[in-house]
Amino acid sequence: MHHKTIAELSKGLQAKEFSSEELTQAYLARIKQLDPQLNSYITVVEEQALAQAREADALIASGKAVPMTGIPLAQKDIFCTNGVRTSCGSKMLDNFIAPYDATVIERFNQAGSVMLGKTNMDEFAMGSSNETSFYGPVKNPWDTKTVPGGSSGGSAACVAGRLAAGATGTDTGGSIRQPAALCGITGIKPTYGRVSRYGMIAFASSLDQAGTMTQTAEDSAMMLNVMAGFDERDSTCLDMAVPDYTVNLNDDIKGLKIGLPKEYFAEGLDAEVSKTVEAAIEEYKKLGAEVVDISLPNSSLSVPAYYVVAPAECSSNLSRFDGVRFGYRCEDPQDLEDLYKRSRGEGFGSEVKRRIMVGTYALSAGYYDAYYLKAQKIRRLISDDFKQAFEKVDVIMAPTTPTVAFNIGEKVDDPITMYLSDINTIAVNLAGLPGMSVPAGFSQNLPVGLQIIGNYFEESRLLNVAHKYQQVTDWHNKMPESFK
Amino acid sequence: MSLDNTEVKRIAHLARLAIDEEDIPNYAHNLTNILDMVEQMGTVNTDNVTPMAHPLDTLQRLRDDEPSESNKRDHFQKISPAVENGLFLVPKVIE
Repeated sequence: MHHKTIAELSKGLQAKEFSSEELTQAYLARIKQLDPQLNSYITVVEEQALAQAREADALIASGKAVPMTGIPLAQKDIFCTNGVRTSCGSKMLDNFIAPYDATVIERFNQAGSVMLGKTNMDEFAMGSSNETSFYGPVKNPWDTKTVPGGSSGGSAACVAGRLAAGATGTDTGGSIRQPAALCGITGIKPTYGRVSRYGMIAFASSLDQAGTMTQTAEDSAMMLNVMAGFDERDSTCLDMAVPDYTVNLNDDIKGLKIGLPKEYFAEGLDAEVSKTVEAAIEEYKKLGAEVVDISLPNSSLSVPAYYVVAPAECSSNLSRFDGVRFGYRCEDPQDLEDLYKRSRGEGFGSEVKRRIMVGTYALSAGYYDAYYLKAQKIRRLISDDFKQAFEKVDVIMAPTTPTVAFNIGEKVDDPITMYLSDINTIAVNLAGLPGMSVPAGFSQNLPVGLQIIGNYFEESRLLNVAHKYQQVTDWHNKMPESFK
Repeated sequence: MSLDNTEVKRIAHLARLAIDEEDIPNYAHNLTNILDMVEQMGTVNTDNVTPMAHPLDTLQRLRDDEPSESNKRDHFQKISPAVENGLFLVPKVIE
């Protein structure tokens, strides 16, 4: 059953070919058997999952089911889950049993979906390889010597290894698209504000956005139908109607104008990755799409601007972890300052501390204009580049990552090299646009992702463009040998 | 831009982070590299550019100042490190 997509499982459940309880049991058994190789889950909630599955079966029996009812999912451990540990990959929250549900979790519960467990991630979503997790690195099921990407590496690895039918992720600088690419699955980061951030532990609030990680674009559309929409508890959540994302999946894409930004096909891009992406674009031409060369001239400034904006916002957001109200507290604090400093010093890992310090420095007296304000201005330039491009094209395509998955340990000691692995995804977050990654082939036997970037609120079009490609290719069906 | 050990200690203090003395040179090295990379922002003129605080340039949504949550203090304090009579306990701050 684990080969099946969410769409296929949903049909099977409605037709009562199998029950959600059977399906959930099958996934739990796979997790037990195979996850020791991947470390993709931090917490598995076996009993709760089976109870949810039985409730889902009752809903299906009574005819009250919706398409996501009874589907076993993995939730990134950044979403608060009432009564279940929500660690955010950090020692700081190792003892944190969330006292409420995030809106995303609440909506999946209302839809009758099943939560198998919480997935591993880079600590507080700060990382591109899943190596900063307090719970140890996640391994890429295509080659367990390599990283799955990050920060949603656990979600990506567990979907690629078929240890969940689908998973949630969050994307601040590429944290859905980059691991989706490196693990050979489909992921979408919606427009900023599409999905509520309530109960999603904050990293950089002006960039953070939740999305989906699945086998197919159709599955992502089904999950996004549950997740997207206005929530008054998140003041940046968009108060606008959400379409049914499955309706336009099959629309003809003849005449679609695809922009290829020359800056994303420049030096640093692996030759085989480039070739693979070019082959994917050839497929689109066969489907009737037109290709237009475009330029996003300020692309090279996205990583520098991001590493001001994101650390600045993180230094502010993470000030809430003080050892007083919840989370880790140091032993025998001498005074209040000692309590703060040691709880934070011992509770956070080194990458998180590094980013808090960069942000603290950038926001400290006398530096605000030179760093944060300058970065916000560059953000405008990057956003304007996209605006101009979307006057000429419908979507933009590029490699999601410049290389395939790198080895565990390869970049962990060099923050800058690690940061550059998100070079193709960060600009999308700075502009707040929706972006996807779709499996497009292999290089050195490791998956390559095609990134598709759309204009604001055009998730439907992205999913349609991805789905049409998946109708004529089978890269999304490929599975790593030892997880078949 | 180069940060020395003293500067790293000052930033760590501002951020209320205890850092081991032996780790300070490493932080100084990495923070310097990050700030050097960030300096590339200086290569573009942004004199007449409006800073972008929100991707969609929308304003913060306002609501009426009415309580929307019930009191869940006891529920939230169940996961606190130290509480007494509904209060969070910290080391003495007033002699």
